[in-house]
Amino acid sequence: MSNLFDLVVAGLATGAIYALVAVGFTLLWQTSQTINFAQGEFVMLPAFLMLAAMHAGAPFWLAIILGILLSMLLLGLAFKMLLVDPMMRHGVLPLAIATMALAIGLKEAVKQFFSAEASPFPSIVPTGDVSILGHAISLQSIGVLVLAILAVFGLTALLNRTSLGHQMQAAAQNPTVARIIGVPVERMILLTFLINAFLVALASLLITPIYLAKFTSGEVLGQAAFIAAIVGGFNQVRGAIAGGLLIGVLDNLAAAYVSTQYRAAVPMLFLIAVILFRPQGLLGRAEERTV
Amino acid sequence: MKSTILAGALLAFATATSVHAQAIKLADVAELSGGGATVGTNWKNGIDLAIEEINAKGGVLGRKLEVTHADSQSNPGVARAQVQKALDAEPYVLLGPGYSGSVKVTAPLAAEAGIAQIMGGEAAELTQGGNKFLFRTSFGQQSSMPKVAKYIHDDMKAKSVAVVWVNNDFGRGGRDVVVKDLDRLGSKVVADLSTEAGQADFAADVGKIKAANPDAVFVYLNEEESARILKELKRQGVTAPLMGETTLIGQKVIELAGDAAKGARGHVGLTTDAPVDLIKAFRDKFAKKYNYVPDHNGLKGYLAVYMVKATTDKMGKVDSKAFADNLHGLTIKAADEPGILMDVTFSDTGDIDRQSFLVEVIEGKQVVKQVLPKVK
Repeated sequence: MSNLFDLVVAGLATGAIYALVAVGFTLLWQTSQTINFAQGEFVMLPAFLMLAAMHAGAPFWLAIILGILLSMLLLGLAFKMLLVDPMMRHGVLPLAIATMALAIGLKEAVKQFFSAEASPFPSIVPTGDVSILGHAISLQSIGVLVLAILAVFGLTALLNRTSLGHQMQAAAQNPTVARIIGVPVERMILLTFLINAFLVALASLLITPIYLAKFTSGEVLGQAAFIAAIVGGFNQVRGAIAGGLLIGVLDNLAAAYVSTQYRAAVPMLFLIAVILFRPQGLLGRAEERTV
Repeated sequence: MKSTILAGALLAFATATSVHAQAIKLADVAELSGGGATVGTNWKNGIDLAIEEINAKGGVLGRKLEVTHADSQSNPGVARAQVQKALDAEPYVLLGPGYSGSVKVTAPLAAEAGIAQIMGGEAAELTQGGNKFLFRTSFGQQSSMPKVAKYIHDDMKAKSVAVVWVNNDFGRGGRDVVVKDLDRLGSKVVADLSTEAGQADFAADVGKIKAANPDAVFVYLNEEESARILKELKRQGVTAPLMGETTLIGQKVIELAGDAAKGARGHVGLTTDAPVDLIKAFRDKFAKKYNYVPDHNGLKGYLAVYMVKATTDKMGKVDSKAFADNLHGLTIKAADEPGILMDVTFSDTGDIDRQSFLVEVIEGKQVVKQVLPKVK
């Protein structure tokens, strides 16, 4: 039982990071019908941007700020203007394939400019344990979970409780009507790309101390977050959050109680079941689009 | 004028061809990307350093050494294709790969071509199949694991042990030998956990270790995964002593795992922290050239080239077909060939006999605790 508690907490911590990445998937889909298959690599890159800043002599806190800003510039603004906008007019599928190409390009570029070897990455959460209900839980797990949940709650508050959020929702649900009532739709779409870039940079900051900085580290994350987004409901931010946490816990329990070899298969089987029996996702709603 | 230019070009071509023909060609296939990038990069750099040294001193029998490097991408299928390509160019000796799984699928190709293959793999089975062309640069698991099991039982006094291994040829081979030896000595294996190559998340595996509550944990994974599990063991507060074999306490693992590697112990056949003057000199030369401290794979690559030199010097001729026969049973003394770093003897199966070390990670460095002598 003690083991189960530890596994669930560790799974929630990993799942919270999946949730951050999955939320980005849903945001981009809702506002611009972009399925970003480079989302995993988007998580990999900010860590290297932060490492580059540190190699240039910046302290860790400054490297984090620079990494997040550069991520928003490259993975938000430049991604939208240089890839999504030109490809969008050709349809969803060519754009999805273009993001696959981007994923390969990002991996190879990082391999070329940094190294194919893994690099250590400092943690913003200190090491050590705290006792919760008689269980020793690592500060890192708690820190990752808390930061990820704060980010998600912050985003939810922005979307549901601010005028800006309402405009973003309007732009996502019906861009034509939103334009008529004066919502700057293009700016709202750009904002979702910037938010996605911020979320992946945050995920990168939280996961890289555990997974290490490596050009391939986005592959697992991208796949897990994609599954999480579909399982939770691709058209709902709350679905992506639930999906992320669920996949994180499920993955850990599968590794512990089923088999390490088949751990990756269990979320996939769950995904198939969801697609067959509840295609809109656990928290999604059929034919509804909302951020 | 045209004929002068043509004559000049022909002369230049003839000269270049002549120099090329005189060089001894080696082919290296290594894990330069993918999960084994640390292994392959160290191995490659060790090879390049040795060749640079040898060529600066006039080469082998007056001929320069040349090497081509190919990337196996840490994938046995790619390794096989790269080795076939390398063998088609008829190298004097084939170097690499470093991963046992890649060695396993490429060794038949080199044997069929009659080319000696000096590799970095450590799986026990590699040299037990009667291949007359395959040579190790480090101990096979059948030599190292009994020492590990004995240390866990006798020195760590562990009555219960958790064994974590990577599910590939390397990991399975080591696991099979160590579990058998632990059982023979009377240490009970209370958790036997297989993990996947390239695995990023070890939370569940460490959770199982915690639940088993062993007296010691034996970790047998590749370098990056070793670093990840060390971090996770620390994160989940596992306090049982950690024991490994070579990879767990490698320099790159210590760098990646940071504080989490503190106190980890292991048996190593090769370490740049060995109290051997020639190894210290190698470490300094390597660090000066590449700006980092190599792990044992850097030593393996370096030794592979000096094995080529020592064997060729002994033969007194460059003969790829006779190379393997001459290396079998050969003892190379460091006093005669300093590049070999420590006295070494090669068996008829291509295995090696050499002194080895028991080390512990203290303040971010391997510290040698015991020197185990050469068996014969």
